[in-house]
Amino acid sequence: MGLTVESRECIETPEGGVVEELVVNIGPSHPSTHGVCRVIAHLDGEIVTRAEPVIGYLHRGIEKMAENRTYLQVVPLTDRLDYVGSMYANWAYCRAVERLAGIRVPERAEYLRVVVCELQRIASHMMSIGSAAADSGAATMFIYAFDQRERIIELFEALCGARLTYNYVRPGGVSFDLPDGWTETALDFCRTHREALNEMDRLYFGNVITRGRLKGVGVLSADDAVAWGASGPVARGSGVNWDLRKHDTYSVYPRFDFDVPTGSNGDCYDRTRVRLYECYESCRIVEQALAQMEPGPIRTSGMPRLLAPRPGDAYDHIESARGSLGVYLVSDGSVRPYRMKVRSPAFCNLALLPMLAEGHMLSDLVVILGSLDPVFGEVDR
Amino acid sequence: MNITELREHLCEVYPDLCPLFSIEFGDGVLVVDCDRLFSAASNLKDLGFDRLGMVTAVDRPTHLELVYRLHSRSMSAAIFLKCTVDRESPVAHSLVDLWPAALWQEREVYDMFGIVFEAHPDLRRILLPEEWEGYPLRKDYSDRRVIRRPDYI
Repeated sequence: MGLTVESRECIETPEGGVVEELVVNIGPSHPSTHGVCRVIAHLDGEIVTRAEPVIGYLHRGIEKMAENRTYLQVVPLTDRLDYVGSMYANWAYCRAVERLAGIRVPERAEYLRVVVCELQRIASHMMSIGSAAADSGAATMFIYAFDQRERIIELFEALCGARLTYNYVRPGGVSFDLPDGWTETALDFCRTHREALNEMDRLYFGNVITRGRLKGVGVLSADDAVAWGASGPVARGSGVNWDLRKHDTYSVYPRFDFDVPTGSNGDCYDRTRVRLYECYESCRIVEQALAQMEPGPIRTSGMPRLLAPRPGDAYDHIESARGSLGVYLVSDGSVRPYRMKVRSPAFCNLALLPMLAEGHMLSDLVVILGSLDPVFGEVDR
Repeated sequence: MNITELREHLCEVYPDLCPLFSIEFGDGVLVVDCDRLFSAASNLKDLGFDRLGMVTAVDRPTHLELVYRLHSRSMSAAIFLKCTVDRESPVAHSLVDLWPAALWQEREVYDMFGIVFEAHPDLRRILLPEEWEGYPLRKDYSDRRVIRRPDYI
């Protein structure tokens, strides 16, 4: 059921007047909720007085399932967390395993991880911008963005055979080296992608209707962004200059020259536009990484088939398209993780929705939800 | 700031927290009693740990372990804050007053482990339905749908 009216209630205001409160249920299956999210909206006329997200419809118990599998068997599970950015969860998990087991990764594998993750960032942001645009009625933008995303997915398909759940990053390296001609196709993509981004920037962000719909809607202050644990484009849209690639750097990121785009107003417009500018930076990183990459092994030699790290717990995180994605692993010395916890950026960002939506129109609620870019595979785990 | 500098800085400002600090896999860990959790957390917040990154728990064989991961942008450092909670009557003081980020994350810990957070404004299940019985991420949780995979080793 999409949108249903739950109740109508008359409430007396302190001033002595009477308002009718309308409670509207949106979702869990509604085209604008980006997955299976239910929002219970309390309305005064068309103004949202309280919005309560109800999550868990996609909860599969991945953290519990991980306790029952060997370290290598967990990698395909992480694909299913953020299903529009599988490479990130693969990498975050593998980094935690590598830290726990003390595995060193060959340099070429690190470069390959950076290349696929930056392409994944573009693909994920295209999905986010496209669907956020479709939410506010700009269907053309959706097609433009998905055209770009499709080209990256084709690159991934050529690389590892899968279009959505890649299982590409493995503890100790990656699963495949680049096929012939892949580098040229990827560089060609970066070239044409910039032109497409320029066009999208003019088409969507320069559009007077878009500005009217997004500017000043769902304003998040920088202090609130930090206090609420927001990360990624949601925090950077509010001017919080915080990117793990730059400020808590990992892998080979210090070797690349790139900028961290930030917004200033913290509204839906800035959050969405930060994503577009990040795509330019990702193109720069991909080009530099492909140029610097040296031939070499893509996997650590002598990796045991069954990992049994020494007891202890380790946490590692990466900057995913949605923010800081962390994996906390506890080992008891056996071949299975004792506990795996995924620190999901989408979960923490979605917690902002009640605060951001209050006082806005019901149609803005949909835009705000789109600008937070939740992926429910990762929110619900 | 690297981990030894962090330890020195912590010991200088809060000498009573110093003996509780250790280093594990390159991360600083501070293990406190659960009744001191809130005061230790607010001390760390004053020290510059402005972000609450992660809240979770681990079901150890004898007790539940509550884990907070704090992060400081100014010092560019992170620290784990851990406390031990009794399995039978798991209670801890909520950190929502310090970081609203704990609002949903502590609800998730309550949902999965049954740890009750005092002074939490909205302690309900979050991922599972309200009428769910048991706490799934505890090791003694049993459900016919949880099938133990056979050992092929």
